[in-house]
Amino acid sequence: MARKDHNAAKRYVIITIFLVVASVFLLRLFYIQVISDKYSFLAESNVRRIITQYPPRGVIYDRNGKKMVTNEAAYDLMIIPRQVKDLDTTELCHLLDLDRSSFDTRLKKAREFSLYKSSIFLEQISQRSYGYLQEKLFRFPGFFVQPRTLRQYPYPAAAHLLGYVGEVNQKEIDKDTYYKSGDYIGKGGIEKFYEESLRGVKGEKIILVDVFNREKGSFENGRFDKPQVPGLDLTSTLDIELQVYGEALMSNKRGSIVAIEPATGEILALVSSPTYDPNLLIGRIRSKNFALLAADPLKPLFNRATQAAYPTGSTFKMINGLVGLQMGVIIPQTRFGCSGKGSSPIACSHSHATPLDLVGAIEQSCNPYFWNTFRAIIERGGEGGTNANYVKWREHVMSFGFGERFDSDLPAHSKGNIPSENYYNKIYGPKGWKSMTIRSLSIGQGELLITPLQLANQAVIIANKGFYITPHIVKKVEDHVLEFPKKTTNIKPEYFDPVIEGMYEVFQGSHGTARWYMMEGITACGKTGTVENPHGKDHSLFIAYAPAENPKIAIAIVVENAGFGATWAVPMATLMMEKYLKGKVSRPEKEEEIKSANLL
Amino acid sequence: MPRPSKNIFQNTDRTLIWLYAILVIAGWFNIYAAVYDEKHSSIFDIDVNYGKQLIWIVTSSVLIFVIMMTDPKFFQTFSYPIYGLVMIALVAVIFMGREISGSKSWFQIGGFSLQPAEFAKLATSLVVATYLGNIKRNLERFSTKVIVILLILVPCVIILAQNETGSALVFGAFVLVLFREGLSGVILILGLVAIILFILTLLFHKFIVIALIATLLVVIYYYFRKKKPKIFLFIALFTVTSGFVYSVDYAFEKVLQPHQKTRINVLLGKETDLRGAGYNVHQSLIAIGSGGFWGKGYLNGTQTKYNYVPEQSTDFIFCTVGEEWGFIGSLLVIGAYIFLLIRIIQLAERQRSAFSRIYGYSVASIMFVHFMINIGMTIGLMPVIGIPLPFFSYGGSSLWGFTLLLFVFIKLDSLRHDLI
Ligand SMILES: [Zn+2]
Repeated sequence: MARKDHNAAKRYVIITIFLVVASVFLLRLFYIQVISDKYSFLAESNVRRIITQYPPRGVIYDRNGKKMVTNEAAYDLMIIPRQVKDLDTTELCHLLDLDRSSFDTRLKKAREFSLYKSSIFLEQISQRSYGYLQEKLFRFPGFFVQPRTLRQYPYPAAAHLLGYVGEVNQKEIDKDTYYKSGDYIGKGGIEKFYEESLRGVKGEKIILVDVFNREKGSFENGRFDKPQVPGLDLTSTLDIELQVYGEALMSNKRGSIVAIEPATGEILALVSSPTYDPNLLIGRIRSKNFALLAADPLKPLFNRATQAAYPTGSTFKMINGLVGLQMGVIIPQTRFGCSGKGSSPIACSHSHATPLDLVGAIEQSCNPYFWNTFRAIIERGGEGGTNANYVKWREHVMSFGFGERFDSDLPAHSKGNIPSENYYNKIYGPKGWKSMTIRSLSIGQGELLITPLQLANQAVIIANKGFYITPHIVKKVEDHVLEFPKKTTNIKPEYFDPVIEGMYEVFQGSHGTARWYMMEGITACGKTGTVENPHGKDHSLFIAYAPAENPKIAIAIVVENAGFGATWAVPMATLMMEKYLKGKVSRPEKEEEIKSANLL
Repeated sequence: MPRPSKNIFQNTDRTLIWLYAILVIAGWFNIYAAVYDEKHSSIFDIDVNYGKQLIWIVTSSVLIFVIMMTDPKFFQTFSYPIYGLVMIALVAVIFMGREISGSKSWFQIGGFSLQPAEFAKLATSLVVATYLGNIKRNLERFSTKVIVILLILVPCVIILAQNETGSALVFGAFVLVLFREGLSGVILILGLVAIILFILTLLFHKFIVIALIATLLVVIYYYFRKKKPKIFLFIALFTVTSGFVYSVDYAFEKVLQPHQKTRINVLLGKETDLRGAGYNVHQSLIAIGSGGFWGKGYLNGTQTKYNYVPEQSTDFIFCTVGEEWGFIGSLLVIGAYIFLLIRIIQLAERQRSAFSRIYGYSVASIMFVHFMINIGMTIGLMPVIGIPLPFFSYGGSSLWGFTLLLFVFIKLDSLRHDLI
């Protein structure tokens, strides 16, 4: 029995083993439960799910309070892959109007993102499709919808100006931490420039969820929720009715119309044609339509009004006249002779009385007059010679806002180009060029590039006799009135008088190029132009403002491949001005003729 | 023959019965909390685990009455037939059973499933107690050792074949029984050394571990050089341990399934795999760790209630205790188990019959291994091995198995004064 007694003592070894294990467990438990707070923190983040609440984007009104951009409820179909069960792929594909491979790609993408967390399966389902889907959604566990808002455009116009809204890309997320994957952001035009005002502030709702992401109630009765702040409403400077009218006039033509209120720099209409319906770039159809628009040979995405630039032909003659007056090489009474088509080195397109003074030269658009003026500027003598005089000329020209971008809220716009002296020095050598070499500039041709927007601004400057407010498209953010910089040209206000008189004669004079289109009860000033186009028919061009005595609207019109300025651009400008000033046009037959013309 | 008695619970140990009742009822409340859901809040709903567990508890009490009315000689006399029947059931389930998460160890009977492996522990305990309890047996004899080890290994191997690694591991508990019955304590030390070498081999490269062993042996040799130790012994020790390290390395790389390797690597902190093997333990630690000192209160556990913890009413039931009852609750539960285990050991030692004593040690050792692996797993000290916490975890087979295991001992103990 000694052996047994000896073994009986082994019970203490066994009991010790029990106690040691229990002690180790209790020490470990004490550590993880009482000492470390890591697990409490993790537990909270486990069950709290932050639901982002997307505020409605600000509404955009036109200058008369008409809604140009509004919101429409839309729904993103979300997926939690882990919860998906007994999926009837065929039926869901049918409900969502998706093909099988696209469905599989989306499912794979969601699974790769996370099995447990929700991600967007199909974005921006319209209200109508949603109603249909909602009834059947219960049959697809793991799918749910999240309300979003989509943009809606009551007027299918002004697409280039308004821009569009789309999902943020990685670059935008990296740039601004406000954005998370799946958020929307303005992608152009007003939507982009005023993004921070329009977007509002996302809200957060904290809810308790189980491991399957099923909602189990709010966290502490919503005490820590952050309310969403709706986006701010904007009031645009556009007159949407005028915009729509302009787009109708321009339909089936290539070109642009820019109308600005001279006193304020407010853009009343900015038409670029061919254009597109902004409703094409909403929601799910956006990427498909965007690709189609981008591939369209007519380039509807290209904003001709701000990005296309032309040598603006005769409309530039006023600039040369004004610079000539400012630099003292001519006075309004200065006359230059013209021998019509025989003039050298620049001929005139038609015969007229000669010699003309400045007013007459503008009314008749006399080429030799402005060549002589330009030569007088460049060969004025003085220190530095040709080069210095050219620099001076260029400086005056650029004070009209040419060759530079406006410090404004406008979408992508080109600076145009007023060639620098170095440009000519490079081509001809520092002393290798003189006025004769660059004579095209005297009549607005050659290397000169001016955008339709700059051209309209030129009309504004003339109407204002020497200054402009930077052209812009938004006047108010909620009730806050925006201010844009006022710029003054180098030209003395009184020098504008003969130029204005010349432009007045263009409409009202017996020889004016626009005299056939005088408006009933409205006096206007204008100037036609033609852009020589080596690739085809010339571009028709016109600038104007009205009423002459108290300008309310300044306008520039370019119709590509339309030939002489007076044929298309002049009647369009008068229709636009009439429409804006009187609300109706006096020549509806002309309107119909223009609208139905196809110059493409 | 038992004396005729009106009270079948006469002479039974009340402490054990109370501890049993407390653990079973606490377990049931925690199962309720683990699967609690406002939609099914009736505690008697038999569609959900806590409702079913109630059925298991009621049927377990029926089993208790049956055992209490059984002549205790039955257990000793019929231990071999019982053992044989259970072995047959263990084999049969491989061919006839239903496959549940990769292992074929369940018989499906109507809406309920039964796992014969849970009853193999009882059968093996009975047969080991019967065999070693025979006065003629002596564990110092080689043949006795071989036979008793075979008796333990047979169910172990069949259960391994069912792909129930966890349940098979439990049979390692008999090492403690054999130790008590005369096996040298060296076996425990060897076991400990083997575990340490095992972990070191997995953590470091095998050559580092072998170099470590060599250094250690040289140091020991130098320390005992005055006593002129046999150099041969040291070379033998080195050969055996290095061989062990090599085979562990080989087994780990070539024999273990990738998911088993991951589980061990996660435990050793060599891998973090929060989506796979590591996910369960990570969530379990979060649930228990967030309980704090006093716990979140009954039914207030967010981690268990919202299903973050997997298998929360079965293998991970301790998470509910840790989260809702905090450190205090964990302390009480662990205390109750240790109290139960020590009480069984004490009662085992007071038995006059070797059969009862050996059986008692078997019960304590098996429960201890379950306790150690299950709770150790939930707090990240043991690899994820799916075995239930005795009396606590949801499951009919497990509750029936442990009830039988314990109450056979209580019955034996109540008649300790009679020689059986
Ligand atoms: Zn002329």
